[in-house]
Amino acid sequence: MSAQLFLDGVHRSFDGFKAINNLTLSVDKGDLRAVIGPNGAGKTTMMDIITGKTRPDGGEVLWNMSTDLTRLDEAAVANLGIGRKFQKPTVFETHSVEDNIRLALKAPRGVFATLFHRSDKAEEARVTALLDQIRLTHLRTEDAANLSHGQKQWLEIGMLLAQEPDLLLVDEPAAGMTDAETMETAELLKSIAGQRTVIVVEHDMDFVRALDCRVTVLHQGSVLAEGSLDHVSARDDVIEVYLGR
Amino acid sequence: MSKLIDLRMGLFLAALFIVTVLVPIASTLDEGSAVAIPSYLIPLMGKYLCYAILAVALDLCWGYAGILSLGHGAFFALGGYAIGMHLMREIGARGVYANPDLPDFMVFLGWDELPWFWYGFDWFPFAAVMALLVPGALAFVFGWFAFRSRVSGVYLSIITQALTFALLLAFFRNEMGFGGNNGLTDFRDVLGFSLSAPSTRIALFVLTALALAACLVIAKAITVSKAGKVLVAVRDAESRTRFMGYRVENYSVFVFTVSAMMAGLAGALYVPQVGIINPGEFAPANSIEIVVWVALGGRGTLVGAAIGALVVVAVESWLTANFPDLWLFALGALFIVVVLWMPNGILGLVEKLRFRRAKAPAKTEAPA
Ligand SMILES: Nc1ncnc2c1ncn2[C@@H]1O[C@H](COP(=O)(O)OP(=O)(O)OP(=O)(O)O)[C@@H](O)[C@H]1O
Ligand SMILES: [Mg+2]
Repeated sequence: MSAQLFLDGVHRSFDGFKAINNLTLSVDKGDLRAVIGPNGAGKTTMMDIITGKTRPDGGEVLWNMSTDLTRLDEAAVANLGIGRKFQKPTVFETHSVEDNIRLALKAPRGVFATLFHRSDKAEEARVTALLDQIRLTHLRTEDAANLSHGQKQWLEIGMLLAQEPDLLLVDEPAAGMTDAETMETAELLKSIAGQRTVIVVEHDMDFVRALDCRVTVLHQGSVLAEGSLDHVSARDDVIEVYLGR
Repeated sequence: MSKLIDLRMGLFLAALFIVTVLVPIASTLDEGSAVAIPSYLIPLMGKYLCYAILAVALDLCWGYAGILSLGHGAFFALGGYAIGMHLMREIGARGVYANPDLPDFMVFLGWDELPWFWYGFDWFPFAAVMALLVPGALAFVFGWFAFRSRVSGVYLSIITQALTFALLLAFFRNEMGFGGNNGLTDFRDVLGFSLSAPSTRIALFVLTALALAACLVIAKAITVSKAGKVLVAVRDAESRTRFMGYRVENYSVFVFTVSAMMAGLAGALYVPQVGIINPGEFAPANSIEIVVWVALGGRGTLVGAAIGALVVVAVESWLTANFPDLWLFALGALFIVVVLWMPNGILGLVEKLRFRRAKAPAKTEAPA
């Protein structure tokens, strides 16, 4: 078995507090993986480390068992095919919804490539299809600042899809969504998995159940349990972590 | 994506064109005529247009990329010095000391050889290229270090201010070889044309107007391109842009360098029209004043920045002539008014009024 993403004994402290503590985790290509854990368990920090935002104090993060991601910066990691959605939805507020998608589309990222870029029919079709998929077609020319919280979540997911990454790291996508939207998001992520690898962090257990995938429980910066949702939620230590706080 | 020449750009360029045609005509009229413009006023108007170019340059990097440079006066001054050096060389043996090989100030300092960095400036094309290249190279190197180390926001503003202050001190020194305190002056002609001749003044004025138009169009072309959208994205959500794979530092360096070159161009056109360049142009307050122009005109509008510069400088001229003590207070008050009541500057105000009139019959206001 060769993992697409392999975290090997990763450490990271903030002012002596061990946010990530000997974390080892392996995800295969095409997997859909849910990561759960109480507040402060280190879920977001784990994503920060994978995407080059935070340097670990120790350990390796291997991409396709060859590239050590901990040596790269954000742009380099992104260009390897790793996309990320933030916990707090982050879109380009003063750009229109369609321009947000356009900027995300998979394309050369250099200054001169974008300076002389001309959009063509294929690109417009792609934008249209993505807007359709995230149901924001009617808000196409609206400034992203005017979207609701849930719509921003969808837009950011759309931007993530536009990048066509091999691995999607999705931090709490369902926050601020209605129940129906939450279920739609779960369906969307399930449909993406298979061709792409998806790692989702979420607190909403109905959402995690709907994902119907392998679950990793993080606690105090390391893996506490792993398995199906039913399996992990039956374990005493997991119950204690969730009820004990 | 968006259009290159929109309504406000079109209106401004049309107005600029009309002024550029009318001013030379009015300046050739009989002195008795009511609309005649005396020849000595032409360089003054040309100077205003140079400031407008400078404002557009700053707006490109501040308004669109969020890089609040408080050192653009330095790029302006460097462009000015490059052309000033050429104009010095063109004086030749007509200086006070009648030395054919050395500018007056070097003779005065007892130097007997031209410093190496003055080589080439006898030749106009070289000086013209340097007027763009020197500010551009400085901005590139400075930006490369600053943006790579992720210096941004207030810290970047402070170090750009330090940059211009350091250059101010350096250029004050006689040993630097740029005329020290007095700077470069007593220019006679450019490319063989006397600088005091009305025709030369008109030519320089028209050239400055063309440069302003060109800078506006270039800046606009950058901002409506996909690269321009990336710049705004960096301004609004830098880390999101990074996680999408854009190298933010490269974009920042690019726009900072282009902007510095525009500032250099403005300085290069300024010096032959005002007839002097001295270290005072590096004064930190100069760079801060540019920010006021842009803020007043409307940040992130390009045309607004140019208008802001013209309005402030015109008011400044009038006040310093009539109430010399009031100017600094007026500038301060202007800044406060803009910050408190006109966050989008003059252009924002105009747009708002127009919008309100157009929307008057509608019951609901659009969300802010
Ligand atoms: N840059 C930082 N500086 C200091 N402490 C940090 C930093 N980033 C994270 N931490 C700390 O590390 C711990 C883990 O944070 P993290 O955001 O990864 O938790 P999380 O599992 O995502 O929690 P939540 O469910 O609330 O999002 C927290 O105690 C947090 O305060
Ligand atoms: Mg988190």
